[in-house]
Amino acid sequence: MPPVLGLALVFLYPLVLLVQQSFTPLEGGTSVQPYVDVFADPAFREALGTTVWLAVGATVGCLVLGFVLALVIAFVPFPGAKAVARFVDVFLSFPSFLITLALLFVYGTVGMANGMWTDVTGAASGPFQFLTTPWGVLLAEITYFTPFVMRPLLAAFSQIDTAQIEAASSLGAKAPRIVRQIILPEALPALAAGGSLVLIMCLNEFGIVLFTGAKGVTTLPMLVYSKAILESDWTAACVVAVVNVVISVSLYGLYRVVSRRVGA
Amino acid sequence: MLVHSRKGKWTLWTLFLVLFVPLFALPLLVIVAASFATNWSGAFPSGPTFENYASATRGESLRALTTSLVTALVASLLALLVGSWAALAAHALSKKGKRLLDTLFMLPVAVPSVVVGLAVLVAFSQPPFLLNGTRWIVILAHAILVTAFAYQSVSAAIVRLDPAYEQAAASLGARPSYVLWRVKLPLLLPSLNAAAGLCFALSMGELSATMMLYPPDWMPLPVRIFTATDRGSLFTGSAVAVVLMGATLLVLLAVSRVRTRASYR
Repeated sequence: MPPVLGLALVFLYPLVLLVQQSFTPLEGGTSVQPYVDVFADPAFREALGTTVWLAVGATVGCLVLGFVLALVIAFVPFPGAKAVARFVDVFLSFPSFLITLALLFVYGTVGMANGMWTDVTGAASGPFQFLTTPWGVLLAEITYFTPFVMRPLLAAFSQIDTAQIEAASSLGAKAPRIVRQIILPEALPALAAGGSLVLIMCLNEFGIVLFTGAKGVTTLPMLVYSKAILESDWTAACVVAVVNVVISVSLYGLYRVVSRRVGA
Repeated sequence: MLVHSRKGKWTLWTLFLVLFVPLFALPLLVIVAASFATNWSGAFPSGPTFENYASATRGESLRALTTSLVTALVASLLALLVGSWAALAAHALSKKGKRLLDTLFMLPVAVPSVVVGLAVLVAFSQPPFLLNGTRWIVILAHAILVTAFAYQSVSAAIVRLDPAYEQAAASLGARPSYVLWRVKLPLLLPSLNAAAGLCFALSMGELSATMMLYPPDWMPLPVRIFTATDRGSLFTGSAVAVVLMGATLLVLLAVSRVRTRASYR
């Protein structure tokens, strides 16, 4: 069992130390005072709220968008649909912060969209100023994580028996009804699995928020980073980290249960 | 075929293009376009130049590229070794033991990578293990993060393996170690390859844990991109990003070529 010992040493042991550190205030000793302090901190509460609503919003957006796009690729195929599916795979292997970097050029203060607007209307500045608000982060997260929903969906769609669809449509069912009554039930497990995965990844997302560089958008991972590296407040960083771990790991447990039950 | 009318199809395709192109294709195109530009104040970039690439492939950035490649290589090899070893071991265990091992090895996926970075930093800044400030702490963190993916893909492949091969080999008198080397591992080679590619790509793009850990003399590419854009040199940053994407794609391509050759055997 050397691999287990190795992993325990480099992963579990650090986690245990992290928890221990979170109960150790600067003066030494062991107390829950750090937790009381952090929970009383309005910045922490705000970060918690922002993290949760961004993650939920991005997950809903990814599910809707991913479902529509996968539906078109799978059931209304067009020349090049295979290439698009391949492109989605490649997209997954790129780091997330590239999306934010790209959005800076597209919607940034001097970027493409605002540039077009000022060229056309002659105004001094464009209307797109949302990039440093939570909406910019939301857009970036939806863009980056939608492929994570699309992949299991495409796999699930390829298992659907097309004869069912042909039969339904020859009996006069219209496309919306076929989607609702045949495709959606088949896709539900994949949607659930993909959705919960995206929810966890959004909760843990760091690169997108860091690159946005917005002071107004602080999520839990960002708070961990700024407490630890910028303020050197280790105890508080560890407390936030423990909270974040508890949320993510319990969600992950849920995801495992869901995906095991549906066999995905 | 879900939609039969010509008009309906074209409406859907247009909708698809309207959603897909701005969201997914545009970001990558924009980064490539920006990497050749010096200025972007209108609808399109201006001032075409190769200067960004010149600065992206020398000095600090070149060092960051080699740093990233070395880190990703070592981390994926470590992850592959530990991950496939654990997956093989888990396969031999009882159902309960396998579930325990599954949970243990998949846990790093659920824990935020910033927290993994922080935990590693806390643990290895104090005796008995002093790694803080060395390159090994970065490599270690990357290995922890990608091991889960190696474990996952290898154990998925083991389940699909036909047990008849190893049983046949064992019944002909082959020792377990011989069965492992000559039967199991060759059969697993395609998935080992795929896992290696995945680990490499993930490690190349890893930013969150690295931000917590990197020592000044071991700065991987993503951190380099961040410092460049943070200082306001967006165009150099995007040139470095294109270098990063290109390097990742080249390695993935090489890995997939090896895979197709292996699967013909």
